[in-house]
Amino acid sequence: MVKKSLPEMGGSKSTSATSAEAEVFSLSASVAEMEAMAKKLRRHIITMIGKAGSGHPGGSLSAVEILTALYFKLMRHKPQDPHWEDRDRFILSKGHAAPLLYAVLAECGYFPVEELLTLRQLDSRLQGHTDRTITPGVEMSAGSLGQGLSFALGVALAGRLDGQDYRVYVLLGDGECNEGQVWEAAMAASHYSVDNLTAIVDNNGQQIDGWNCDVMSLDPFAAKWQAFGWRVIEVDGHSIPRLIAAFKEAQKVKGQPVVIIAHTVKGKGVSFMENNPDFHGTAPNTMEVEFALKELA
Amino acid sequence: MAEEVSVREAYGKALLELGMENHDVVVLDADLSRSTMTAFFAREFPERFFECGIAEQNMIGIAAGMAASGKIPFASTFAVFVPGRCFDQVRMSIAQPGLNVKLVTTHGGLSVGEDGTSHQSIEDLSLICSLPGFTVIVPADAIETTEAVKAAAAHLGPFYIRLCRPKLPLVYGDDYRFKLGKAVVMRQGGDATIIAIGLMVQSALDAARNLEREGIYCRVLNMSTLKPIDEAAIVQAAAETRAIVTAEEHLEHGGLGSLVAQVVVRHQPVPMEFVAIKDTYAKSGKPSELLERYGLTEKDIERAVKLALAKKR
Ligand SMILES: Cc1ncc(C[n+]2csc(CCOP(=O)(O)OP(=O)(O)O)c2C)c(N)n1
Repeated sequence: MVKKSLPEMGGSKSTSATSAEAEVFSLSASVAEMEAMAKKLRRHIITMIGKAGSGHPGGSLSAVEILTALYFKLMRHKPQDPHWEDRDRFILSKGHAAPLLYAVLAECGYFPVEELLTLRQLDSRLQGHTDRTITPGVEMSAGSLGQGLSFALGVALAGRLDGQDYRVYVLLGDGECNEGQVWEAAMAASHYSVDNLTAIVDNNGQQIDGWNCDVMSLDPFAAKWQAFGWRVIEVDGHSIPRLIAAFKEAQKVKGQPVVIIAHTVKGKGVSFMENNPDFHGTAPNTMEVEFALKELA
Repeated sequence: MAEEVSVREAYGKALLELGMENHDVVVLDADLSRSTMTAFFAREFPERFFECGIAEQNMIGIAAGMAASGKIPFASTFAVFVPGRCFDQVRMSIAQPGLNVKLVTTHGGLSVGEDGTSHQSIEDLSLICSLPGFTVIVPADAIETTEAVKAAAAHLGPFYIRLCRPKLPLVYGDDYRFKLGKAVVMRQGGDATIIAIGLMVQSALDAARNLEREGIYCRVLNMSTLKPIDEAAIVQAAAETRAIVTAEEHLEHGGLGSLVAQVVVRHQPVPMEFVAIKDTYAKSGKPSELLERYGLTEKDIERAVKLALAKKR
């Protein structure tokens, strides 16, 4: 019988020798620095997907500020020790936004920034959709939409059971909320009064076949979450200070889960990608990359 | 006839014991804890029991998240709902990342009986064996069930155990020690080998005893670890007895028969016959009536052995 060696399989309990020495990531960045970082992340996204020749720019660009606020201002994490037991967890449920997560992880120091250019190549650690077995800092193998909230709930319940104080963040797409499993998880999270879990919906209004309201209406969206027992916070998903305030407000909520509905623009930051369904899952060509990078200079 | 003991009760009790030994063991169920017998654990360790309601996909995701956080989750419901109802969740949340989740399902096969097609899990083994990294066990009796649950807890990685609804006659004594990935020779014989799983192991033994009266000596293997399958035992049986019959409470396609045939064809081609459900759905009825109607009795095994022998050169 051949046993697969799965170093990360035992879960999050850190066994790495570096655990004690690894630094907790500094969260001292100013808003201006984070805004500059957001721009840089957008450039990475365009360059990576352009080089790969395939990928999902629209939904990566819309969530840039959300991840910037989390990784640079809110989450307790150690890039040199991705399995640190006390880390806050970020779970990317909309796995097609992997380029964004990779860019953030690289900028935090989980792996070299140069590696970003290997996206989607054979033998790269940066798979087309996230793979928790090979990419440092990736918590979940995603790509099949609808599964992340359940996974995050499991992580949150395990943390509570162990008396750990880490927080769990999970990013969903609005289109992803068409999936029934999302609502199964929403029901369960409030049933278990989980308050170490914050869901963020990247509410860019679009999915693949068009606008949410035409494909499968989600309205009244906030009321749905409320009816499922969640505290809802609505926020401008491109304002870093407002996002930070929303996350801090979420941390104070006790006895129920919180969803932050972040109002965003799909393709944000690149004029010809904004609100353009053609750039949901299509890579920019060489000229488009050049054009986009100029806008993001 | 040997004493009949509930495999589900054996599971419930084994879980309870595990819960006492290991505080990382958590249990999830989807509104069937009284049937799967996870209720024993729930009563003793309510803080480590997670009722998920009738939401199997979510249960799989929660279990995966818990495993990723160092817990050893056992998730249970009927075999027809896991993996069937949530195949993609089992695939992406458990199998691909190789997470340490134990899926223990009950009411597998036709022997669920009167509830009918919607509750008869006849594809689960095919589905679950198709997933890379899963270890799959179908115990033959209550004693092996207890052993299988211990083996699941001791093993790091995705695990599936399929149990049935009825009580099963004991084919083992208390001294039985299960070895993961090893078929057990239940009876020696040189004319043909019957390889069986689950409740078909007892039928295989009965068939072998009947055939012996006709001068046909069958070896009987219990292939309780379906994956990774014991290739050595199959190859040896093929080489020494030159005819093989498989017997399972599952569709012919993708289960024990397919897995054994792959090994036989690759390493030691010999005539084979398959006792299994033939590409059809079954109906309501008593378990014994259904096993008879769909060709899963000792008589069917005897016929299959004779067919295989006839093809032997
Ligand atoms: C279960 C599942 N069905 C279909 C797809 C194909 N798919 C990839 S992205 C997408 C649209 C997602 O829309 P949304 O969640 O709103 O993401 P965003 O617009 O933010 O990119 C679809 C249908 C998938 N990945 N998973």
